[in-house]
Amino acid sequence: MVEPHTAVPVDPAARAGYLAPPPRMGFFTDTSLCIGCKACEVACKEWNLVPGSGLDLLGMSYDNTGALTANSWRHVAFVEQPRPVGWQTTAPLAGLPTGPPAAPTTAGVGGAVAPEQGTLPGVVPASDAAPAARMADGAAFPGTPGTPPSGSGDRGRRAELRWLMMSDVCKHCTEAACLDVCPTGALFRTEFGTVVVQEDICNGCGYCIPACPYGVIDQRRGDGRAWKCTLCYDRIRVGRTPACAQACPTESIQYGELDDLRRRARARVERLHADGVTEARLYGHDPNDGVGGDGAFFLLLDEPEVYGLPPDPVVTTRDLPRMWRRAAVAALAMAVATVTAFLGRAR
Amino acid sequence: MLPGEPAGERFRRLGDRLDHPNGGGRRRGVRRDGGPYPGRVGDAPAPVPPATFASYYGRPILKAPVWRYDIPAYLFCGGLAAGSALLAAGADLTGHDALRRATRIVGLGALGAGTYFLINDLGRPARFHHMLRVAKPTSPMSVGTWILACFGPSAGVAAVTELAPLLPRHGVSGLLGRLVPRVGRAAGLVSAAVAPAVATYTGVLLADTAVPSWHDAYPGLPTLFAGGALVAGAGAALVTTPTGQAGPARRLAVAGAVLERLAARRISRMGLTAEPYRRGHAGRLLRAGRLLLAAGTAGALLGRRSRAVSVLSGAALLASSALVRFGVFAAGVASARDPRYTVLPQRERLARRRAEAGPPRDGAARPTP
Ligand code: SF4
Ligand code: SF4
Repeated sequence: MVEPHTAVPVDPAARAGYLAPPPRMGFFTDTSLCIGCKACEVACKEWNLVPGSGLDLLGMSYDNTGALTANSWRHVAFVEQPRPVGWQTTAPLAGLPTGPPAAPTTAGVGGAVAPEQGTLPGVVPASDAAPAARMADGAAFPGTPGTPPSGSGDRGRRAELRWLMMSDVCKHCTEAACLDVCPTGALFRTEFGTVVVQEDICNGCGYCIPACPYGVIDQRRGDGRAWKCTLCYDRIRVGRTPACAQACPTESIQYGELDDLRRRARARVERLHADGVTEARLYGHDPNDGVGGDGAFFLLLDEPEVYGLPPDPVVTTRDLPRMWRRAAVAALAMAVATVTAFLGRAR
Repeated sequence: MLPGEPAGERFRRLGDRLDHPNGGGRRRGVRRDGGPYPGRVGDAPAPVPPATFASYYGRPILKAPVWRYDIPAYLFCGGLAAGSALLAAGADLTGHDALRRATRIVGLGALGAGTYFLINDLGRPARFHHMLRVAKPTSPMSVGTWILACFGPSAGVAAVTELAPLLPRHGVSGLLGRLVPRVGRAAGLVSAAVAPAVATYTGVLLADTAVPSWHDAYPGLPTLFAGGALVAGAGAALVTTPTGQAGPARRLAVAGAVLERLAARRISRMGLTAEPYRRGHAGRLLRAGRLLLAAGTAGALLGRRSRAVSVLSGAALLASSALVRFGVFAAGVASARDPRYTVLPQRERLARRRAEAGPPRDGAARPTP
């Protein structure tokens, strides 16, 4: 079961200097409810006037977005796995004619597709096909490109399949590396504890991009600036729900006060465990984790990396004091070396 | 779908790729029969089977830096300017006039080039001055901006005072001519005091990211760049200064080489995330840098009487310093692009923590292996 939180959660808005800030707001994305309709992706684009990210088929199940980018602030991940969902007792495709496994090939090819979405680095192909192939090894999903027509294959090797969908988003970290490293102050902490880029300040230095431990923030090509989810700062300031949460038809995306969401999430995990879905777990909910907890956290049905999330992210600035100490020692070594070089032998 | 493209074209192309996963120049080893999946067709088999990890279609988790080659070029130029400033101040205080003149002018050139690279790399170069809005100790780039704001003008003034001999020798300008070297000395000393910070903050700049091979290298990177800066400054001095005055530069080259190799040693021992420093493009650059460092240092020590050997070894040292910066940069990018360097170390960390702490915090029941 979920451990009770031991540390008192820090309020990032208060720490950033807001006097009497409103409660911290966030997202709880419950992937066990997601149906992969992508309404969140579309609603976000429409409300925030996010440019199109191209029409391309990636061959990654129904995921043709690929990743969070400057032009996709919500990204619905699709994972097809060769095993039944937690509470299913019969194989989902039992009695149906299915072909031999072909999904590893599909996944491998899908992972190698490099779509141009108008952002940098954008959606980057896998450097190696093996890990992609591994994630789908053993299963076939009839109708997937690359699968032989139903009934033509070896009926002995029936596929068992579960389909995971997850709407990913900026985590609005309690300790946000992007915000820490931004040299212009373009990234700032709002009174709701969220992290937002000011588009009139960002000069496109690109430092936030490799700093984010989740690979969220990205640069828009041509425009040169960094863009990401704002948790609809303009909407929540006037008491409205962010566009994605508003559009989500299954309440997979829930918006609200973070404390409240955390309570709801704990209850949901307990409920799922009681129903036999023992693989349900929370991700990013813990204020004691490497980023001090996420403002947008998730309920997952598999390990985080299966969805493209880091298993144990740590904000890089935690080591910054140690880094500066190393730099000071190195600087001292330079000074000593120079003095010695000139003292060595005069003239 | 592009306008004019027949409907379903992309889907057909995807189908083609599936039918010929290894064709069309795409050399990826995926076997249809569900057998083992070699890394890439044509690569030699890895001696140790790579640890497996789960991923989302093998795509990177992190966003690799979008910095272009301006950034490693800046790292080199900044180091060269810093090394030159240190040599120039020492030369000024010990009366090595030729060495002082050469290093001040080289330093100014490197500083100018470095500033150009820094601004050119911005997504919005016209907004470079937004860096001056804030001073943020949590952002090494902000700290670096202010370090450069101290270094640039002082190094610039020191270099400009080298023009004093061009002034007429009498009258007001003659008086000025006698004042100028003092101004130059003061400015040169200020720039030398800041120079070590210029050369080492860049190590923190790279390390303070989620890029696995940079972050993990934080104990070594500042020293690596400190050594590289001394090597570059000394190399430029060997190229530009007559042999009689290059003694301090030779000794500094050796000191820089020692620092650099110590740091490189340390980085090479950090485990899985040291791998990108040995592999592929980055590995080639770093190996070439190491060879040139050895050759340049040897030449600097042995060729003290020969101007030609000095110039050659100076050039080798400069090239080595540049190659190492580009190599470190490439290694970081490679480590961010491959999810194994993100997932495996984090998994190890989690496993260690779980072993210490007992039951998992995320509430998931895990199958017992
Ligand atoms: S570090 Fe990444 S996930 Fe966290 S707030 Fe910044 S962009 Fe979002
Ligand atoms: S790219 Fe923009 S938002 Fe990101 S660190 Fe630089 S100035 Fe800040």
